[in-house]
Amino acid sequence: MSEITPDLVRHLAGLARILVTDEEVEKMTSQLSLIVDSVATVNKAVAGDIPATSHPIPMANVFREDVIEPSLSQAEALSGAPDSADGRFRVHAILDEE
Amino acid sequence: MSDLIRKNASELVELLNSKQVSSVEVTQAHIDRTNAVDADVHSYLHVSPESALATAAEIDRKRAAGEPLHPLAGLPIAVKDNLTTTDAPTTSGSKILEGWVPQYDATVVAKLRAAGMPILGKTNLDEFAMGSSTEFSAFGPSHNPWDLDRIPGGSGGGSSSAVASFQAPLAIGSDTGGSIRFPAAVTGTVGTKPTYGAVSRYGLIALASSLDQIGPVSRNVLDAALLQDVIAGYDKHDSTSLPESLGSMVEAAKKMDVKGLRIGVIKELTGAGFQPGVQARFNESLTLLQNAGAEIVEVSCPSFEYAIAAYYLILPAEASSNLAKFDSVRFGLRVTPEGNPTIERVMAATREAGFGPEVKRRIILGTYALSSGYYDAYYGSAQKVRTLIQRDFDAAFAKADVLVSPTAPTTAFKLGEKLEDPLAMYLNDIATIPANLAGIPGMSIPNGLAEEDGLPVGIQLLAPAREDARLYQVGAALEKMHEDVWGKRMIDFAPELEVK
Repeated sequence: MSEITPDLVRHLAGLARILVTDEEVEKMTSQLSLIVDSVATVNKAVAGDIPATSHPIPMANVFREDVIEPSLSQAEALSGAPDSADGRFRVHAILDEE
Repeated sequence: MSDLIRKNASELVELLNSKQVSSVEVTQAHIDRTNAVDADVHSYLHVSPESALATAAEIDRKRAAGEPLHPLAGLPIAVKDNLTTTDAPTTSGSKILEGWVPQYDATVVAKLRAAGMPILGKTNLDEFAMGSSTEFSAFGPSHNPWDLDRIPGGSGGGSSSAVASFQAPLAIGSDTGGSIRFPAAVTGTVGTKPTYGAVSRYGLIALASSLDQIGPVSRNVLDAALLQDVIAGYDKHDSTSLPESLGSMVEAAKKMDVKGLRIGVIKELTGAGFQPGVQARFNESLTLLQNAGAEIVEVSCPSFEYAIAAYYLILPAEASSNLAKFDSVRFGLRVTPEGNPTIERVMAATREAGFGPEVKRRIILGTYALSSGYYDAYYGSAQKVRTLIQRDFDAAFAKADVLVSPTAPTTAFKLGEKLEDPLAMYLNDIATIPANLAGIPGMSIPNGLAEEDGLPVGIQLLAPAREDARLYQVGAALEKMHEDVWGKRMIDFAPELEVK
């Protein structure tokens, strides 16, 4: 049985920086429980010493020469931002004042 | 309606290169078609008629002046809206990116531009390519041209429906667990997922980086080959890009020969769970291949039983990480809540408003799979299953040159039918997911109609990594056998759409 509870869904949503309503929590708890029960079957498949695969066609140490190449200008990099000032991204307070 | 739109891409290429038609004529014919049918089909999120016609006119001018041109110059194409384009909005089907115009072109888009191919528009998809039906697009679903009440497959249902409804001769798709091949199967079109790394993903809005691959969408195997040859190749901007060339897919598609090839039938992907008409058409194709001199062998891939489970751990885990970049700071939506809006509260409110239900579900599932205490049991085990699936393929390819299966268990289902049942939706991908987990190439081609509902069925071909050419060789040969039996292309059985 899965251990997905409403509190766990709220906690995970908080970690993922997604505000969730009570209604969403309720729906997601039941849906995620079913999904987690289903995907947990992977445990049955991997008895014994099996290496993990992270990439299907592994390529190690893909480097390039450390030379400067054309890139976005500051104005271009900022052009899609919801807010900017003085050539920087502008955001709300990082620390909570409460 | 101009009959140019019904022609295969390879035929249009000949007409263009021999100056029998102009690129402006071909491009305008497709724009007219979109104006006539896309209110019903909804393939496009954004259309670019002016820039497409400008590219077409420029190619026509160069051709008239005798300047050297790429063979596909002047042939218009549609692009899935998860590839960045500097001259058109790129949303990936999400409200969080609505209205965003990227600052750079995806490598694939740059290659299309360099070849002189007019870009007709950006096609619909499930939000961030998460889905099998386009129903999770924030901008409404696309519809299957064979039956407008049914799904065109997903996530690339915009590209598949555009090609199937003659709004574009070719389109670009991306395939993370079947998003090119499943839409191809249910719309009677061709779709290829190349070997992982064969086509650069630079500028593809990432879903799951160890699985994503860009590929061609078309109505014909040779057409897909023409497009794969344009978009494939090493790109220093993608660290997973394969350094070596995989050769010419067009040459492979022209071989038309399966004599002596060993075709492996994957035991686990036949029989129970597959719709009778899907299975019947599959068996008929095996007979055709055998009659043409191929040897049919049975192979077993016992770990495929766990492929969907592993996929729905690996994909959400990687997606939850990839989608962290949508943080209301650098691009896209920002929603500022009332009260005391710190950056964290702004992020949470933005992501609440900007992401749809399936994206939230998968991000939260991925966060769970990666959290400490669960990592080994879920993500770790899923990565081990991946090794087992690769071993199954290795063993199967020791006995067969190409593997085959039905592309999907069923024909196109009705819009809304599986929307509230994520697990049922996930099962559509049972035959396509293993190729993504192993990084091997796969192709779906039209395989006839199911007698019970008259809807298209696809057959999937799989080859070892870097052996994409085998798919084109066998795919084109089988396509020819089918067309000889049917007397016409499968797409010619599709009902006429109402023209407005």
